Amino acid sequence: MQGFYTLFYKEILRFWKVSFQTVAAPVLTAVLYLLIFSHVLEAHVEAYPGVRYTAFLIPGLAMMSMLQNAFANTSSSLIQSKLTGNIVFILLPPLSRLEFFLAYVLAAIVRGLVVGAGVLLFTSLFVLPELKHPLWVLAFALLGSGVLAVLGMIAGIWAEKFDQLAAFQNFIIVPLTFLSGVFYSIHSLPVFWLGVSHLNPVFYMIDGFRYGFFGVGDVSPWLSLSVVGSTFALLTLFTLHLLRTGYKLRH
Amino acid sequence: MSTAIRFSAVKKRFGDFEALKGIDLEVREGEFFALLGPNGAGKTTLISVLGGLTRPDSGSASVMGCDVQADYRAARRQVGIVPQELTFDPFFTVRETLVFQSGYFGLRRNDAWIDELLENLGLADKANANMRALSGGMKRRVMVAQALVHKPPVIVLDEPTAGVDVALRQTLWAFVQRLNDEGHTIVLTTHYLEEAETLCNRIAMLKQGELVALDDKVALMQSHSTRLLSLRLLPDALPAALQPLLVSERDGAYLLRLDDCKQLEPMLACVREAGVSLRDIEIVQPDLESVFLDVMGRKAG
Repeated sequence: MQGFYTLFYKEILRFWKVSFQTVAAPVLTAVLYLLIFSHVLEAHVEAYPGVRYTAFLIPGLAMMSMLQNAFANTSSSLIQSKLTGNIVFILLPPLSRLEFFLAYVLAAIVRGLVVGAGVLLFTSLFVLPELKHPLWVLAFALLGSGVLAVLGMIAGIWAEKFDQLAAFQNFIIVPLTFLSGVFYSIHSLPVFWLGVSHLNPVFYMIDGFRYGFFGVGDVSPWLSLSVVGSTFALLTLFTLHLLRTGYKLRH
Repeated sequence: MSTAIRFSAVKKRFGDFEALKGIDLEVREGEFFALLGPNGAGKTTLISVLGGLTRPDSGSASVMGCDVQADYRAARRQVGIVPQELTFDPFFTVRETLVFQSGYFGLRRNDAWIDELLENLGLADKANANMRALSGGMKRRVMVAQALVHKPPVIVLDEPTAGVDVALRQTLWAFVQRLNDEGHTIVLTTHYLEEAETLCNRIAMLKQGELVALDDKVALMQSHSTRLLSLRLLPDALPAALQPLLVSERDGAYLLRLDDCKQLEPMLACVREAGVSLRDIEIVQPDLESVFLDVMGRKAG
């Protein structure tokens, strides 16, 4: 337990010591998105009946920021430790695989939540979104950040240089998060792309999260919960398997 | 004495390169053990197997009776490894680094021992400095402290003095010697053979993934004896009968092979019969370096 707690705390401290880069910057980015998109689209788009576009956009932006930062936390921490070699000080102690896994993933979830809270705080200065079902909001914030934290761990374990990690991030994570209904309701899409969106687990994270605010979503929050929950479970099992075999960490 | 470290038929291959070709090796509790060999001989791979950083293709390893794979958590509590590569976490100070390292080993309040480590390794005034701000030698000291936070019964130092100044070497060896006196088992790899010769009581030599020598230091030095007889003569001329034994001449002294003490009397008889008198006589004991070169050279041939 002490081992897990220490690694968890170390990982929190690691991003907190550079919080301008890890917290403030993504919050500012999200606020800028909101300013620009709401300025351009507020008058033209009504995603849900009776919901202003700016309000509609806020949960999507918050979720997107959470997901990207949860991913960034595990992946950048692991690849930095691997490349500098100091991961040896994590691999030599008697930390169990589960402790190792949980410490990295939970710290990344915390970063996701801190960034998400920051985005909501600052964007609510423009439009205060409703908050109909706070528990759904919390559940999707936790699970969504969790899925991306685990993906970040897989990427961090797999990548052998920053370039490979950047490729994983830019060619997989960014498209998944951008093409998930952050900026639009997927019902506005042509049928083909509507179908494609349904294959993207990030869509369910954002839709379920948004349901928590407005009580309206493109699909049922229960469907979203089961998709996101099982994605999390599958990725977790896969990652624990990687840790058990020592893939790229223990040669 | 019981066994501190045991390797049984450990094999490891990286692609085409056979790093370890079936190593059997035991280190007993309380020993100061040297693991010697040229670069690429497999020393670091063997140590990595011990720490669970490398998984052997076959064979097994244990520390204080705990298998490093099956019982990895117990095994890792028993051993402190100072890795060869100089590495650190730039986010933290020296003290933070050591507090975290203690935590990974499940130790919550370790301040007294951390202070003692800082003191003994000459780091006390750097405790609150960021790791980035330290010189290479200071970073090396922190790595030694990190390996010792949990007071492991077995301590493994992988070339701890490579590129390190005299002051640290002396501080480090004094401290490690003290730990050994207190009962800790020490395993050391180094390219400075005089360090191994001074400190260690048992020695293993690795070459190309194979164990080529393993013995008590004294026995090893004797069995690979390149002991020499140094003679200064008056007049300064070596009798013809002794010429075949001549190894070299140094400062006006003849250095002759002395494979066995029994040869001493016949050799002196040769000198007497040639009508030459002795100005000085000395038996030059072999050092570890000559033994090392002898072992490495012989196995190559």
